[in-house]
Amino acid sequence: MTRSFDVSGAPHMPPQTTVAKVMLQVLLALVPGVLAYTWFFGPGILIQIILASVFALLFEFLMLRMRGRPLKPFINDYSAVVTAVLFALCIPPLAPWWISCIAMMFAIVFAKHLYGGLGQNVFNPAMVAYVVALISFPQAMTSWLPPLALAEQSLGLVDSLSVILTGQVPLAGGWDVISQATPLDTLKTGVEAGRMLPEIRNTPLFGDFGGKGWEWIANWFAVGGIFLLYKRIISWQVPVAVIGSVVLVSLPFWLADPDSNPLPLQHVFSGAIVLAAFFIATDPVTGCVSNRGRLIFGAGVGIITLIIRRWGGYPDGVAFAVLLMNMAAPLIDRYTRPRMYGE
Amino acid sequence: MNSSQHIERAQEAGKRIHHFHGGLRLKHHKKISCQDPVERPPLPDLLIVPLLQHAGDTAEPLVHVGDRVLKGQQIGQCQPCAAIHSPVSGIVEAIEDRPMSHPSGQPGPCVVIRPDGKEQWTRLAPLTDWLNASADDLIAQMQQCGLAGLGGAVFPTHAKTRDGRERKTHTLILNGVECEPYISCDEMLMREQPDKIILGARILRRALGAERVVIAIEDQMGIVQQALTGSDEFAQSENITVVKVPAIYPEGGERQLIQVLTGLEVPAGGRPSDLGLVCQNVATSAAVADAVTAGKPLIERYVTVTGNGISHPRNFKALFGTPVSHLVDCCSGYTKDVARLVVGGPMMGYPLKSDDAPVVKASNCVLALSRQDIEEPQAEMPCIRCGECARVCPATLLPQQLHLQITNDLWKDVESYGLSACIECGCCDYVCPSHIPLVDWFRFGKGELRKRARENEAAELARKRFEEREARLIRIKQERAEKMQRRKQLLKDKALQQDRIKASIQRAENKTRARAKDPGEAQDGGQSHDS
Amino acid sequence: MLISVLILGALGIVFGLGLGWAALRFHVKSDPVVERIDALLPQTQCGQCGYPGCRPYAEAIAVEEADINQCPPGGDAGIRALADLLGREPKPLNPENGEETSKTVVLIDESRCIGCTLCIQACPVDAIVGATKLMHTVIKSECTGCNLCLPPCPVDCIDIVEAETSPPRWQRPRPQTGFKRVPIR
Repeated sequence: MTRSFDVSGAPHMPPQTTVAKVMLQVLLALVPGVLAYTWFFGPGILIQIILASVFALLFEFLMLRMRGRPLKPFINDYSAVVTAVLFALCIPPLAPWWISCIAMMFAIVFAKHLYGGLGQNVFNPAMVAYVVALISFPQAMTSWLPPLALAEQSLGLVDSLSVILTGQVPLAGGWDVISQATPLDTLKTGVEAGRMLPEIRNTPLFGDFGGKGWEWIANWFAVGGIFLLYKRIISWQVPVAVIGSVVLVSLPFWLADPDSNPLPLQHVFSGAIVLAAFFIATDPVTGCVSNRGRLIFGAGVGIITLIIRRWGGYPDGVAFAVLLMNMAAPLIDRYTRPRMYGE
Repeated sequence: MNSSQHIERAQEAGKRIHHFHGGLRLKHHKKISCQDPVERPPLPDLLIVPLLQHAGDTAEPLVHVGDRVLKGQQIGQCQPCAAIHSPVSGIVEAIEDRPMSHPSGQPGPCVVIRPDGKEQWTRLAPLTDWLNASADDLIAQMQQCGLAGLGGAVFPTHAKTRDGRERKTHTLILNGVECEPYISCDEMLMREQPDKIILGARILRRALGAERVVIAIEDQMGIVQQALTGSDEFAQSENITVVKVPAIYPEGGERQLIQVLTGLEVPAGGRPSDLGLVCQNVATSAAVADAVTAGKPLIERYVTVTGNGISHPRNFKALFGTPVSHLVDCCSGYTKDVARLVVGGPMMGYPLKSDDAPVVKASNCVLALSRQDIEEPQAEMPCIRCGECARVCPATLLPQQLHLQITNDLWKDVESYGLSACIECGCCDYVCPSHIPLVDWFRFGKGELRKRARENEAAELARKRFEEREARLIRIKQERAEKMQRRKQLLKDKALQQDRIKASIQRAENKTRARAKDPGEAQDGGQSHDS
Repeated sequence: MLISVLILGALGIVFGLGLGWAALRFHVKSDPVVERIDALLPQTQCGQCGYPGCRPYAEAIAVEEADINQCPPGGDAGIRALADLLGREPKPLNPENGEETSKTVVLIDESRCIGCTLCIQACPVDAIVGATKLMHTVIKSECTGCNLCLPPCPVDCIDIVEAETSPPRWQRPRPQTGFKRVPIR
């Protein structure tokens, strides 16, 4: 009385996790930061996230069809949505809709699928999208908003939607009335004009560490990042290396000349350092494989960001730093191969 | 650290617990099969004993179709490997290819025996005075009784012991760490027969020339520790310690166990005996006790039949050659949603196409899995390079990179990134979010590496033979040419000689003619001519 | 303007000289390329490439007289290895030279063999044992599957058989993937 069975390889256990689950947990970790953003800067960011996600999924669908790949596992794996959300967090909340469209096209088509699709891209797609948009459309990409508490005029949901879709501000005075430079922007122009730091920071735009509002958003991103660490989605090496290198490298400069160099923690909590440390530089596909490699990668991101902030032409250099380190990642991997058992 | 320092540290085995890199904490699922005491199932109608049951080559059958065999009679021999014995008394019905329990799923030569129910033993030859027997005698007894490692690798015990003895082993480690979920045969053996295990340990220790024995068990095996330390044998013996190690899969792997007990790593490409340690499974130790004190050859073992696909999971003491279907019947059969049958555990076991395959020396567990256990919620996706696989790998390899290299045929890199050190534990496969069948790829990769090594060797040999043949042909040609040359020379010399002789004769004739004409003149002329 | 041109020009000259010196100073000596090519060939000595043996073919490749895709026993893997070594483009196997088949050996049917020794003389690796008017046998482990012994046999008693795989030598098959995988090379 024999019976036949189907055969398949080991292990024969229910699998622990899926790609979609990993991506969903990343999105979950971003929620506190996004809510804080909406609280401080208005509903524009939510519209941007939705727009970017829609465009990203649309381009993903088109590319999968063109490449003859099956839709089922790839559309559902939420990797395009993660790219879209990270990109939306980097652009001004009232950026026009076509910025999202063009940027997501670059991210999904060029930076992801033309390199081979999920898991094969060399450069971080969200950062590629941001850099392309920044360089091609500097005007639209630098019309930032002040925190709601400080704004003379602020826009509600419907007004934000109309600004994003039409590009026209429905207020007398247009863009000049609502937009204002970011804290990092103000710092840079101030330092170049030769003013001292305490003087520059003596405006309501700045909080204790970074800009008002911005530092709180960074806090909430850090909370999300710690959640990811707890769930073992990311490893501690990259966040510690990014933040650690920023603090360690800016410390001697601040000690030497506190009037023209910001406090290290001010560096950490302004701009996108915290977001990069926990969400962008930890992208596994474009980062390093070994733990030592990840430390070097994170340190590189931190140091290059500081260099661009201090001496470069842009107020915040995180995106460029990440892309440069993406280029270096395979080489770092080759030299930081961990020792094998018995070697 | 040089090797003598290594040996010193290895001698401290078990005094401190270290850690190995990676590993997983898995749910045990062992209680369900430990509820009943272990019994022998009733005799099946037919026993199918494969001639390939261990590492090495297939054994040669010593019996013919129609022979009557006795229980324990040797029916297969293979010089460097362990012998094969008949598990029952009965008639040999056939010697043919049958499905055997092998990862390839291929059939192989088997001796099919129909038991006559009498269970008549053959003449046994125990070494009753083993305390005074020489190590060589003990090792020979192990070989004759067909002992092989019962932990899964089925390496012939006599070969391992002889090698350990030659390399001056100081500590014998008994591996009772059954780290794979579901398997509980070693645990039941340790609970029911601790005396035999410890007796076997003493015999092995004597054969190896070692001083200490360390028995390693998992930290949740409280009952087992009591059973072992409470047994009479333990009370009478010295230098035997029971050590608890944390239950992290794959703790039971030889290299990982050594790392946990000593903090040392077995050198790459080396063996535990390089550190003066030898690892044996507890079941092997019990079998050694049987073989030496009772002369009983290896014909049965503890097998766990368990899983969500079995109605009444339990452990059996099963004869080799028992079809798996018979054991399942003795467990009240399959449940409704049984979907796959695996020999071994869920992490490293191989599947069976049908359940008429027999129990062999390596079958520690028969696991029937239900549909929910093997459901695949997601199709295979490309690697997202998350690094989880490297985090859990106990051999500190980079499964990501190895996978990339194997799928792209970069075989030199595969070797240098250490694929041969992979123990195929399945940890990387289990945590992969993209559900890539990493263990399958690595097993394929190892086979490819071996194939390439064999092909390279064969090519080298072929090249050498070709070059030698070319050289030989050239040499023969040269010799022939030389011979021809010499012959020509010889002929030339002969011709020259002939000419000279002719010339001499001519001269003599001329002289004679001249003398005949003028005797006086010719004399002077002849003298001046004679030279 | 002139100054910048001069400075850049000077920099260019300096770096160019530096690179040239580095190329000479750090030059890596490697094995003669013919040895390395020969090491990659399967040593079947069958002649399907058009050359009398693997070494002559290796020498022809080294001087670019022959292409790298002429060896059927080496197959695609062999062509890729050669392409890798020499920095040339891998191509598909040239069908004029033959097809890639699974590993085969030859078997002499002893009932038909007449002991003429013609196959013994033809075998490039001396894998056939025998003497005049005595039985000839192929040593299975030495046979490379080149099939050069088949044409000379006057009674056609040599057969081509598969080289077997048995469970001790069994190899796991290559896993299938659910989606199309495009190799990176």
